[in-house]
Amino acid sequence: MKASHPRRRLLLGLLATPFVLAACKDSTPKQAAFSNLEGVNLSSADFGKDFALTDTEGQRRTLADYRGKVVLIFFGFTQCPDVCPTALTRAVDIKEQLGKDGDKIQVLFISVDPERDSNELLRAYMQAFDPGFVALRPTQEELAKTAQDFKVFYQKVPTGSSYTMDHSALTYVYDTHGKLQIALRHTQTTEEAVADLRQVLALSH
Amino acid sequence: MQRTFISSLIGLALLGAASLAQAQVTVAEPWVRATVAGQQATGAFMALQSTDQAKLVGVRSPLTQQAEIHEMVMDKDVMRMRQVQHIDLPAGKAVELKPGSYHIMLMGLKQQVNAGSNVDLTLLIETAAGQKQEIAVRAPVRALNAKSGQGHHDGHGHKAH
Repeated sequence: MKASHPRRRLLLGLLATPFVLAACKDSTPKQAAFSNLEGVNLSSADFGKDFALTDTEGQRRTLADYRGKVVLIFFGFTQCPDVCPTALTRAVDIKEQLGKDGDKIQVLFISVDPERDSNELLRAYMQAFDPGFVALRPTQEELAKTAQDFKVFYQKVPTGSSYTMDHSALTYVYDTHGKLQIALRHTQTTEEAVADLRQVLALSH
Repeated sequence: MQRTFISSLIGLALLGAASLAQAQVTVAEPWVRATVAGQQATGAFMALQSTDQAKLVGVRSPLTQQAEIHEMVMDKDVMRMRQVQHIDLPAGKAVELKPGSYHIMLMGLKQQVNAGSNVDLTLLIETAAGQKQEIAVRAPVRALNAKSGQGHHDGHGHKAH
């Protein structure tokens, strides 16, 4: 091909710019361009990268164990009167509404109250929602570190002769490559959550 | 929609105050969330309406030593629970105890609460004149994963299509 006139080359270069940008975007599919997200866009967040915690069967788990799945992580405790069961029930409904794609969802429940949440109790609690849900039971030290790594707040609140827990009620959502993408707010309906999750699922196509 | 009203007033006026009008409190759609074995706490929910200014000041249940009135608030994305001393029942206005709001915490459960059974609760009401009333409520237990607080309340199995 003959060398083109410098001015023409400049013009061509300018015209090509949008295509170059589009190509860049395509080559980094995990930097998602979410639209109309009801949840929080965390695709450029520099936290919540991974954890190493033990599940109720004594297995050490990290995010890598769930590659190929869209992972939903919720921090909670079983004595929780409504936020935790509501979030887990919504997760059940989300899976149902996603139909076949529901199989690609893995729910992980990280206890912020390992003192009272025994493995047995956590196992029974997960069973009550979906036998496929996995509960992770950190030691207090692991909990402190994981909460810090995930920017999650938790606090023991004394009440009468017992205590309850204040805690973050976001559900973190990872793409099938194990990268944090969004967080579902507690106030999102199942339908709104499903719409957000479809966008995360689309990233793996 | 059929609403189930349970309103049983126990005990009339105290100490010769029988001539004073009592606040009539109705309890609609009470329910308690089921627990799994080993779980020590759960929530009770209902809608309360009083004919006259009154307040809910306490709850008792044979199921537990400790029943408290709690309020849940979302502070940004953090769930915070706090015990409240009472819930105001303005005259003629329904006040809902529901997930995400006021609720009754049943703590230190003596046994597992199974879906399909009933939990007896006694609500302690105080009228504006300082009179005390007790209201017996029999609350059906809904599954742990019962749909909560979204739209209508038909008590069971309303699934989104």
